[in-house]
Amino acid sequence: MPVQPLLTLRGVSKRFAAVQALMDVELEISGGEVVALMGDNAAGKSTLVKVISGVGPADRGVIEWQGSAIQIRRPQDAHVLGIATVYQDLAMCDNLDVVGNLFLGREIHRLGVLDEVEMERRTRELLHTLSIRIPDVRVPVASLSGGQRQVVAITRSLLGEPRLLLLDEPTASLGVEQTGQLLDLIEELRDRGLGVLLISHNMGDIKAVADRVAVLRLGRNNGLFDVNTTSQEQIISSITGAADNSVAQRTTHPEETWP
Amino acid sequence: MRGGGWRRRPRTRAADTPSTDSRKSDPARSDPARSGAPPSPSPGSDGRRRHAERLGEHARAVRRRLREGDLGPVPVLLALAVTWAVFQGLNHNFLSPRNLSVLSVDIVGTGIIAVGIVFVLLIGEIDLSVGSLAGLAGAVFASLNVDLGMPEWLAVLVAVACGAAAGALHGFSFARIGVPAFVVTLAGLLAWNGVMLYLLGTETSINFSETGLVATLTSRYFDAAVATYGLAALATLAYLLVSSRDRRRRAAAGMPYGPVNRIWVRTALLAVTSFTAVHVLKRFEGVPLALLIFLAVIVASDLFLRRTPYGRRVLALGGGAEAARRAGVDVSRVRIAVFTASGTLAAVGGLFVASRLTSASQAPGSGMLLINAIAAAVIGGTSLFGGRGSPWSALLGVLIIQSIASGMALLGVEPPIQFIVTGGVLYVAVVLDSLARRAAVARGRP
Repeated sequence: MPVQPLLTLRGVSKRFAAVQALMDVELEISGGEVVALMGDNAAGKSTLVKVISGVGPADRGVIEWQGSAIQIRRPQDAHVLGIATVYQDLAMCDNLDVVGNLFLGREIHRLGVLDEVEMERRTRELLHTLSIRIPDVRVPVASLSGGQRQVVAITRSLLGEPRLLLLDEPTASLGVEQTGQLLDLIEELRDRGLGVLLISHNMGDIKAVADRVAVLRLGRNNGLFDVNTTSQEQIISSITGAADNSVAQRTTHPEETWP
Repeated sequence: MRGGGWRRRPRTRAADTPSTDSRKSDPARSDPARSGAPPSPSPGSDGRRRHAERLGEHARAVRRRLREGDLGPVPVLLALAVTWAVFQGLNHNFLSPRNLSVLSVDIVGTGIIAVGIVFVLLIGEIDLSVGSLAGLAGAVFASLNVDLGMPEWLAVLVAVACGAAAGALHGFSFARIGVPAFVVTLAGLLAWNGVMLYLLGTETSINFSETGLVATLTSRYFDAAVATYGLAALATLAYLLVSSRDRRRRAAAGMPYGPVNRIWVRTALLAVTSFTAVHVLKRFEGVPLALLIFLAVIVASDLFLRRTPYGRRVLALGGGAEAARRAGVDVSRVRIAVFTASGTLAAVGGLFVASRLTSASQAPGSGMLLINAIAAAVIGGTSLFGGRGSPWSALLGVLIIQSIASGMALLGVEPPIQFIVTGGVLYVAVVLDSLARRAAVARGRP
C-alpha cells in the first residue's frame, strides 16, 4: 500500500461565466490503483480532467502531488510532473504520422535537427512493449481506424514514463473486443504502479477494472464508492441524484406523469 | 489490420511481466535484435522474412498513397510537362535557352513570395497582404536609397525589416487578439498599399541604379563551368550522402528502410535535372544568381519544415491547433513566427520584383502579384486546408504560372485569355485539393 497518494485535489472550483462547472471537488488517486470518475452529462468530468492536465486550470483549490502543493497552469506543467492525458477527442494532428504525433511537443533532436530514426525506434519499442500492432508508424494518423487512433493516443500518453494517466472516455469509440483489450492494458499499467483516472459512462468497464468510483454531480462530489462492495444501483442513484431525480420519479409513477 | 490495433494479450502473464517491467523502466536501453525482430528459428529464414516484410511494407505504402490520391508532386510535374510540350508545339522558341533563362529569373520574385504563402497555408491560414508588402519593400528601399541617399545594403535591410515587422503585426493581431487572419491581412493589403503609394509620391515610380546591389540580384549570371557544374554535382552528392546516411542509420537501428535502388533512382533524377538545367542556362547567359537564391530559400525552408522541431510544430498547427496546444506547443508563438516569415519573404520577393524592373513601381500592389503567389502555392500542391504542402510546391506552381504567361506572350495571346487560362489551372488545382481532402476525411475518420 503506498503511503502517500499521488495526487490529491482539495476544494477545486472552476467557473465558466455563469456556469459553476466545479465546486469544491475533492479527489485522491494513488499509484497502482484505478479510480473511476462517473457522472451525468455536464457533471464536470471533462472539466476536472482539464484542470489536472493543465489545459484549463482551476480558479480555486489545492492540488497536491505526492503530498506537496503544486500549481498546474499549462499542459507542460502536468507533463513535467508525470501526468499524461488521453482526451476524449484524442487530440491528434491528423496530418502527422504516428511517430510525429507521439513526439509532438517533445521531439528528440540533435543540434536542432530532428532525430527521426531515434524517435521511430522508441515508437516501435514502446508499441512492442505494449503488444500493440500498428501496421505502419509512418502513415498519417488520419488513415488509421478508430481503434488504432485510440491506441496511438494512449501510447503517446505513456511515452514520458508517466506516474498518473487520465483517460477521458477511452472506450466510447471502441468495439467490444477492442474495449476488452484496452481494459487489459489499463490493468497492466496499474500493475506497473501507475495511477489511473478513468472516466467512463460504461458501468461494465468500471466494474471490470476500477478499484474505487468517485461520482460527480453538477460539479460537486456526490459519493466515493468501493467498486467491490457497492451495488451498481447505489452508484447509479448517486450519479442521477437519487430520490429527488426525474428518472426515479418516472419509474415509480409512469402513468401519472404521462397523460 | 483496419479496426484491429491490438494484439490480444493473454490474461495470465506472470512469466513475461518482469521483462516488460524492466524494459519499461529503461526505455533508453536499446536492444534492436530483441525489440525489432520476431522470434525465429534460424537466422537465414529470419533475414529473408525481414526482407519480405520490408518489401510488403513498401508495397502497402505505395498502394495506400495511390488509393488516397496522395501522389506527391507527380500530378504537378505532369501538368508542367504538358504545359511545356503544348507551348513548344505551338512555338519552337518556347523551350529555347533564352526563353527558359528569362523564365528562370521571372519566377523568382513571385516564387519567394509563394514560399511565404506556403508557410501560412500550412498552418491553415491565408495572408492577403504579401503583394502590398512586396510593393512596400521595393518602395522603402528605393526611397531610402535614391531619395535619402542611404547605402544600398542598409536600405535593403530596412526594407526586409519592414516586411518582417508588418508580418509580425499581422501575426500578433491574429494569434493574440484573435482577429481572423483573413481580415487582418486584408486590412494590411489596403494599408501597406497606401503606404507604398505615399512613398512613391506623385511620380508613381522611383528608378534606382542599374549596377547596384539590388539590380545585381537579377542581372548577375554565373558562367564558369567549374562553378556551375560543380554546384550541380555538389547538390547531387549532398543528396546522395544524406539519404544513404539516413538509410544506414535506420538499418543500424534495426528498422525498416527503403530499398537502395530508390536512393539511386532519385539521385540520378536529381543529377539529370540539375545538370540539364545548368547546361541549358549556360547556353544563354549562365546560371542566374536569382535562381540560386530562390532554390536556396526553398531548400532552407524545406529542411526547416521537415527536419527541425519548429518546422514540425508548424505542420502540427495545420493538422489540429487544439491538439498541438494540448501537446504543449505554444500555438500563438508559432502563428506569429509564421506570419513574420511570410512578411519577410514577401519583402525579399518584392526586392527581386523591383530588381527586375530596376525601379520601385505601383505594379506589385495591384493584386496580380498576390494572386499569382497564392495560386502558385496552391497549384504546386500545398493544401488550402492546412497541414499538407511543401516549399517545393512554390517552385513548381510558379513555374507553371509563369510558363503559361510566357508561352502566351510568345504566341501573342491577349491578357484576357491569359487570365482565363491561369484561372482555369488554379480552379483545377483547388478542385484536386478538395477532392484529396474529401478522400482523406471519408477514409480517415471512424
